[in-house]
Amino acid sequence: MAQLPVALHISEDTESDGQEPSPCNEGAMHTSFRQLIQEQSSLVEAAAGAELEMPARDREPPEPQQDDEHAGYSSATLRILASMPSRTIGRSRGAIISQYCNRTARLRRRSSRPPLQQLSHAARPSLRQHHLDTDPAAATLEEKRSLLVKELLSLSPGQRSHMLLSVPLSLAEKRTLRQELSGQRGSPREDTQRGAPFSPCGRSKYHIILGCRGLWYGLLSLLPAVQPWHHALKQIGSRFGSSVLSYFLFLKTLLGFNVFLFLLLLVFVVALQAAYPPAPASHQPFTGLELLTGAGYFTRSLLYYGYYSNVTLNEPCAARPNCSAAAPPLPYNMPLAYVFTVGVSFFLTCILLVYSMSRSFGESYRVGGPVGDLAIKVFCAWDFKVVRKRWVKLQSENIRTQLKELLAERQSRSHPRSPCRQLEHVAVRLLAWGLSLGTVLGCVVAVHYFSEHMHAVQQDAGSRASGERRQEAVLLVLPLVVSLINAAMPHLYNLLATWEKWDSPVLEVYVAICRNLVLKMVVLGLLCYQWLSRKVVCSSEACWETCVGQDLYRFVVMDFIFTLLDTIFGELVWRLVLEKRLKRKQRPEFDIARNVLELIYGQTLTWLGVLFSPLLPAVQIVKLLLLFYIKKTSLMQNCQSPSKPWQASRMSTVFITLLCFPSFLGAAIFLSYTIWSVKPSETCGPFQGMETIYESGKTWVRLLEKSNPNITWFTWVHQYLLENTFFLFFVSGVLLAVIYFNIQVVKGQRRIIRLLKEQIANEGEDKIFLIQKLHSVYEQRERRS
Amino acid sequence: MKKLCEMELKWKLQPVLELLHGRYHEMAPNVVPMDYTKDPDVKLPMQLIINMPELKENPFKERIVESFSEDGEGSLSFNDFVDMFSVLSEMAPRELKAIYAFKIYDFNTDNFICKSDLEKTLNKLTREELTAEEITLVCEKVIEEADMDGDGKLGFADFENMISKAPDFLRTRNKMYSVYSESSKEHRRVPRHYEEEESFLHYEEVIL
Repeated sequence: MAQLPVALHISEDTESDGQEPSPCNEGAMHTSFRQLIQEQSSLVEAAAGAELEMPARDREPPEPQQDDEHAGYSSATLRILASMPSRTIGRSRGAIISQYCNRTARLRRRSSRPPLQQLSHAARPSLRQHHLDTDPAAATLEEKRSLLVKELLSLSPGQRSHMLLSVPLSLAEKRTLRQELSGQRGSPREDTQRGAPFSPCGRSKYHIILGCRGLWYGLLSLLPAVQPWHHALKQIGSRFGSSVLSYFLFLKTLLGFNVFLFLLLLVFVVALQAAYPPAPASHQPFTGLELLTGAGYFTRSLLYYGYYSNVTLNEPCAARPNCSAAAPPLPYNMPLAYVFTVGVSFFLTCILLVYSMSRSFGESYRVGGPVGDLAIKVFCAWDFKVVRKRWVKLQSENIRTQLKELLAERQSRSHPRSPCRQLEHVAVRLLAWGLSLGTVLGCVVAVHYFSEHMHAVQQDAGSRASGERRQEAVLLVLPLVVSLINAAMPHLYNLLATWEKWDSPVLEVYVAICRNLVLKMVVLGLLCYQWLSRKVVCSSEACWETCVGQDLYRFVVMDFIFTLLDTIFGELVWRLVLEKRLKRKQRPEFDIARNVLELIYGQTLTWLGVLFSPLLPAVQIVKLLLLFYIKKTSLMQNCQSPSKPWQASRMSTVFITLLCFPSFLGAAIFLSYTIWSVKPSETCGPFQGMETIYESGKTWVRLLEKSNPNITWFTWVHQYLLENTFFLFFVSGVLLAVIYFNIQVVKGQRRIIRLLKEQIANEGEDKIFLIQKLHSVYEQRERRS
Repeated sequence: MKKLCEMELKWKLQPVLELLHGRYHEMAPNVVPMDYTKDPDVKLPMQLIINMPELKENPFKERIVESFSEDGEGSLSFNDFVDMFSVLSEMAPRELKAIYAFKIYDFNTDNFICKSDLEKTLNKLTREELTAEEITLVCEKVIEEADMDGDGKLGFADFENMISKAPDFLRTRNKMYSVYSESSKEHRRVPRHYEEEESFLHYEEVIL
């Protein structure tokens, strides 16, 4: 209540200034606001220098529309309303400065306890802010600015720069503030600085700092040139918006993962084996077909597991068992290196994936749920990146469609369907899901029988000793069939979705992703089972790992070829058909979900094949590079941006989650099972003759124990932490407890948000009540006078 | 200290300001002097600025230019021009973007987004292709969703609260570069790496 007498006092002051328009004269009343506000601000800023321009940001009076709400309020009330902080904040420069002054003071108070001398200042409520606006004589702009500078100096440099960045003042103002800051900062240090350059230490340090800074800025200027595809991504973003851009950013992320994997494998496994090649076997001549089948010339090459030796490299006694040369300077145990590199690279990839997933989730998750989607659509849907006229028109149409859909959804929610229609709805959904799962099952069974058939054909061809090339061409058929299924089924699912008629387009997108994912993962699961059990595939090979690696190589290459064909037919040919034949102006849409799932599928294949083919990430890198340029060209020439609503950040989170959970987790499980339980082949590879690949690690630990009995802690760690399951249970239990705790914290935050919202509503009611009271007080006074 | 500031000026600020001044100059070569360091008192009217390729098709172009203009009529001095691009750049902090977005959507500049502001926003967004009752319905629902203190219009606190729920709010990448390279080939005299709007990050820190 302390504010009310102040406000009344002020109104009397300004009344006596001769600003007494008649309440009946609306026009005069509105101009009186303008005059009043201008006078206030001009008084406040009269002391400012000549370089400050006339602050016309404080210009606008409330427009006539507002009069409807305040109909009947007296002019005095309206005058007070016009000078309310909520109406002047952001308008007058002085108000902004004092608001930020308070914000800085609060920040400072939060970061440290205020010293005792300043306690009185800190304890005083921020009534100053309101006084400064309504009482022109209280403080000039200069005084307010110096107050702000003083507050800013007491912050840390990081907070200071952040605060300065976010102040909504003009550039000239910020420059003045900065000059004042550096001026004030310079003066107390002048004494020490004067001393420093004269001592040789200080001078050289100063020059070193200058030199480093210069170098740093030079490097920073080169940074955009070093980032790959910087220009291309900007082009795509400006034409198609952030949703299509998210696909290309995802591609870039995948490229990053593959480069990391490849570099680790290159440095620790491939390069060393290349330096110490094993006994050369007879090489088959290079024909072009190897690039497709991965067999032939590539079979005994660095590409596959079978090439890698199972001995310690760099050991002079490898070939001659009776030599007595000294121990090698740097023995390099290949099997250990192989298994550890693959294991460590997977572990690091897991950490990177989880980190990027949690960061992406943190950016896109909001406590409080998805309320307010209509408001968000109105204010945030416009993608300011899009510039060209045609795309801008398209964007407006998209937003219009989305708004209509949201409205229709609201209508349908508020008018629930009749039970008959609901039953029909549920029946359609069930049927659609049944159909899709049925097709998945059908495809899986088909792939199984087909692979058995191909195996029989291959045996037949082998026994008939027909040409090598024919045999290898036969091997390509299974990947072809699987890729065909993966390319054709999504279109079927799209048709199914149009038949189902989903209400919410977002849900439609999620369901489509789900169905595609189930298909791909189930087919991959079947193939993994076939590879590991080796009943059908690679059953006759002695070196089955190389065979599996070759199979995976073929799958990767075939996937690339089919993506290419899909782009050509789905986008280029379809656009030509639409334009020339059907004479429609529409272009084919860029289907983000389907393309992303293809990328995830390709990456899963790479991760599955890393153990059997250490150079497979390199193949994937080449594939991704080519894919980027092909997709970009096709997009620019043939496509338009999707009309379905995409929230780019939420979609990025979904993509990375899908990459982590079914894809990476499946590959990690496959790898772990292979390392732990599958018997490696007897005649080739780094783990020849061992029971399992994991045994190499165990053998090494036992060897260490024998050679150096002092490092018992290492074997203890190995025995009790890695081999013992109790430790794993304990860690999982702790993790579950942490997750539960975080869920409870989020629940508590939601409750607090609800309470705060109620408080805000109450404050609003208070404000309206006070305004009414004010108005009645003035009315009574007018009636009395 | 002074030398460090000068160095920052030379490396970070100068090239970006040159680039921006080049664009400012080409809009009215007869009026704008080549030397901007003396802070000449030149303002370009709104008509010229909204014809820039970046803003030409934007439905909110008049409001954008008005919110950055000091005199409220929409004319921008060079400082205002630089201000506008710095806030629109990718690297401007979210709070600053929220403040200016509120200003842009507040058509009658009364510091509240009332129903008429919302109607105008919707008309500009959808190019007036929604029916009148749809517009009314959307406006009512938006105010219902976002208004927290019950006064029937959206104050800045309501707006900011609602924006915080949208994680990809106002991802205004500066279109300057994309149009730059596509349309005006003769501006290649400025070094390529300063065309990116990431340079606005550094330049913001220095200007302050």
